[in-house]
Amino acid sequence: MKPGTSAGYTIVNQWLNAKGFQPFTFQIETWQHIIDGNSGLVNAPTGCGKTYSVFLGSVIRFINEHPLDYTKQKNNGLRLLWITPLRALAKDICRAMEEVVADLGLQWRIGVRNGDTSPGEREKQKRNIPEVLIITPESLHLFLAQKNYPAAFQNLQIIAADEWHELLGSKRGVQVELALSRILNCYPDAQQRISVWGISATIGNLIEAKEVLLAPLKKESVIVRAHIAKNIRVESILPDEIENYPWAGHLGIKLAEKLIPIIEQSKTALIFINTRGMSETWYQKLLDIAPQFAGVIALHHGSIEPELRLWVEDALHTEKLKAVVCTSSLDLGVDFRPVDTVIQVGSPKGVARFLQRAGRSGHRPGETSVIYFLPTHSLELLEVAALKQAIREEAIESREPMLLCFDVLLQFLCTLAVSDGFEPVQLFREIKSTYCFADITEAEWQELLLHITEGGKALQHYDEYKKVEIEDGIYKIKSRRIAMRHRMHIGTIVSSAMLKVKFMGGGYIGVIEEWFISRLDPGDVFTLAGRNLELVVIKEMTVMVRKSNAKKSIVPSWMGGRMSLTANLGHVLRKTFNKVLTDEDEIELKALHPLFMLQQQLSHIPREHELLVEQIENKDGYHLLVYPFEGRQVHEAMSAILAYRIGQIIPITFSISMNDYGFELLSDQPIPVDDNNVRELFTSDELLLDIQKSMNSTEMARRKFRDIAVIGGLIFQGMPGEHKKARHLQSSAALLFSVFEEFDPKNILLRQAYNEVLSQQMDEARLRQALQRIYQSDIIVRFPKKETPLSFPIIVDGLSRMNLSSERLEDRVKKMQGLL
Amino acid sequence: MQIIFTERHDCLSVSLPFMTAPLQHIIQKNTFWLSPHRCVFWQEEEALIVSDLHFGKTGHFRKNGIAVPAQVYKEDMQRLVDQISYFKPKKVIVVGDFFHSESNKELDLFLKWRNDLYMIEFILIRGNHDILENNWYRKAGITVEEGMYAIRDFGFVHDPAEVIPGPSFIFSGHLHPGIGINGAGKQSLFFPCYYFTSTQAILPAFSKFSGLAMVRPKKSDRVFAIVDEKVICF
Repeated sequence: MKPGTSAGYTIVNQWLNAKGFQPFTFQIETWQHIIDGNSGLVNAPTGCGKTYSVFLGSVIRFINEHPLDYTKQKNNGLRLLWITPLRALAKDICRAMEEVVADLGLQWRIGVRNGDTSPGEREKQKRNIPEVLIITPESLHLFLAQKNYPAAFQNLQIIAADEWHELLGSKRGVQVELALSRILNCYPDAQQRISVWGISATIGNLIEAKEVLLAPLKKESVIVRAHIAKNIRVESILPDEIENYPWAGHLGIKLAEKLIPIIEQSKTALIFINTRGMSETWYQKLLDIAPQFAGVIALHHGSIEPELRLWVEDALHTEKLKAVVCTSSLDLGVDFRPVDTVIQVGSPKGVARFLQRAGRSGHRPGETSVIYFLPTHSLELLEVAALKQAIREEAIESREPMLLCFDVLLQFLCTLAVSDGFEPVQLFREIKSTYCFADITEAEWQELLLHITEGGKALQHYDEYKKVEIEDGIYKIKSRRIAMRHRMHIGTIVSSAMLKVKFMGGGYIGVIEEWFISRLDPGDVFTLAGRNLELVVIKEMTVMVRKSNAKKSIVPSWMGGRMSLTANLGHVLRKTFNKVLTDEDEIELKALHPLFMLQQQLSHIPREHELLVEQIENKDGYHLLVYPFEGRQVHEAMSAILAYRIGQIIPITFSISMNDYGFELLSDQPIPVDDNNVRELFTSDELLLDIQKSMNSTEMARRKFRDIAVIGGLIFQGMPGEHKKARHLQSSAALLFSVFEEFDPKNILLRQAYNEVLSQQMDEARLRQALQRIYQSDIIVRFPKKETPLSFPIIVDGLSRMNLSSERLEDRVKKMQGLL
Repeated sequence: MQIIFTERHDCLSVSLPFMTAPLQHIIQKNTFWLSPHRCVFWQEEEALIVSDLHFGKTGHFRKNGIAVPAQVYKEDMQRLVDQISYFKPKKVIVVGDFFHSESNKELDLFLKWRNDLYMIEFILIRGNHDILENNWYRKAGITVEEGMYAIRDFGFVHDPAEVIPGPSFIFSGHLHPGIGINGAGKQSLFFPCYYFTSTQAILPAFSKFSGLAMVRPKKSDRVFAIVDEKVICF
């Protein structure tokens, strides 16, 4: 049956027409596939009716099944399972679906299930399941922890994974993969009956994204592309004068005044800042220079109290705010209609993120999205030029799926053991059908089973390990306490050690990282949520504060705020260097001409196929600078390897610093690198061995282990109302890591920590590629007489690492700039 | 980030004095030996002073479905036996947290071993973790003292915050003191330590399954860190 002739299509189309809508081609295409029972991936940007593509498809399919009495069919069982990464999105989607259902006169119910759903509502959903269930990955796993969960999937027709690009590449994506593999195998006809649909924005690896989601489904699948062009205009905010010696972070706040007219001309502006700490500074600065904005600008970041954040979001919807200073906390989520201006401060570090932020304004298809870019140092203008090029070429980053996440698998095994139990031979087949665990070995599987049943190494008859028990070949958790504890801990988002910040008189302000607050003394003043607060006392896990009128305050820094340039943007950036002195069209490049003239005069401008190495000698010592443009993360590993390899030539001490463009090795003695030996320093031979020798992988693994230990169920976080003795079960991840290192070094979760360090932290694959590229490049070694424009920001960054106070650093940098 | 490459030796072993044997420490004309294995031997009284053994902790975790390696416990207990055979004390003074929580089978292993060392007196100054029934301690041959216990002018208490005036020098535990050493570059390493003020000594936790609380020593304080089975004086 073609959509044009089916009853469902006709009815849905009439409804759309009555609303004044025309279905997009990609929607009709998706409906046809759904009618035919196909599975696949819909690639469409936000705000283009992607929800309707899959949801209306399921409605059409239902009407086609009951063309005469579709309005009378009640209690149809769960037909559509809608997985969404965000709670905030669930409400909006639910509203949109309810509208359709009401207009068409269907007897469908739309249920939402996430952390906010009340136990009563859950119970109701269990007894009488709605036709559509909108659910987060965590809640879906909780669902699988209920007794007799397969009954809910008896009539299931469609599973939709919304915003799949967001889930892919995270452990939440792995949760979705695992849940799917179970649901698609809990009835013999499930594989035939159920269609799986991913909905994704454009990413570099759409085909892989589809394969990851659909791996457990042994059927052919399709990709439906929306082909809706979004026009994006990038406007750079140029400084009046380009500093030839750029200093990271220094320029931005000086340009704040240029934002005022832009904000004034907009209905509502979103100002994206890269770190939470800087967003606090910017919020203060804007209020200082434009006091008229008091009350109509707000601050939004992940450490602000949730209620306040919700208030900001509501105020955005209702057009009460002129501007919101925010971090990636507003990257995702529902569209705020009044937003017509987006301002990006500092490098967005990647093409996809930049596009996503640009898309926060001008929502309607066909409308042009304008994004203003405000550089925090002059070299970032080069990045804008590169970003424009990347947008033209549609060079958007890939999201790499995670592989062999044993922590998530361990959690999943216990989840199934809590509900109906599992039979290991069949489950192994299902697990192996997922993309994440396709390469799991029989030995690893046995190790996991042993971990949950016997707890690894034990003291024979003095041991009372108890978690999963085997009964007639079925693996089950029988202890109610252990089951309850497991349910409380389902999830893969692990927050770092945060302390709540509260006023002495009551009133919650937000959260702050433990390591930051531990360095303050009572009486110190810091800034949070745009307020100056005086630390009074730290009690248990709460920081008690009072309001302060102090002029000076410390702006907190939150860990993990630093993103690294993507490989993709790095590549376009290197290409942009080819034309920095010749291009007359891009205003950003033109503005940078004097800077690059100086670079050329003192040293060299590296072209796409070149790697520039500079050696500079000054009173601080001997600087070796290398510019691979691969991003901070790769530079971290590469610089350590280079330092190690040079250390093999002569005994030498280095201090290392880096930014997204390059890195610096600083020594008090001459560094023996020249045209003769430089190429060999970049060989990718023996890379793994050199990584191990040059980097403190144990320390990195210790950090990675925190999340793994929580997800894998080794850390008990306690729960409200439990006996005080529960504290006897608490331990830190760092301690567990040390204990495993010493007493069970082959433990599967410990191994995973080291693997994650290699694959993510060091990004071994990317590091290898970068080295291979450099090895093939022309390596240009120069000996400039003084600091060059490219070297300056890195050298300054290095200064700040030597524990100089910020004031003295400022003086020192000014002096350096003056000398040059 | 800073990485230092030096030849042959690591930076700790060159710049700091160290000992592989216990370190002698004189307090009020009494001789105390600080063992690199996290306990103190008091020569005059022939007493071994230990703190925070947390026996049964791995068992408690495992019983609750948290798979920590039980070898930690085995090693902890073996180390205590080794220390006893090395110093040959007449009594063992535990300044609290001998046992981690409720009774479990791992404690049976302790009882078995206790039988073999019946001639040694055990004194426990009760810590916040010592919640077993009094009867249990009696059966195990352990004398339990509440609050503060004293021998001559030396006092013993679990929590250094709960010192009662009287003795002129006090041994305690509870905190699990640790000290950070800023090694090469930005890397800092943390080690368990003995923490001495002019009137107090806080012992490191004996158990390897215990975390560290970093101390910030004053100028007049002395800290002895335990690094790779060596006691290093700061």
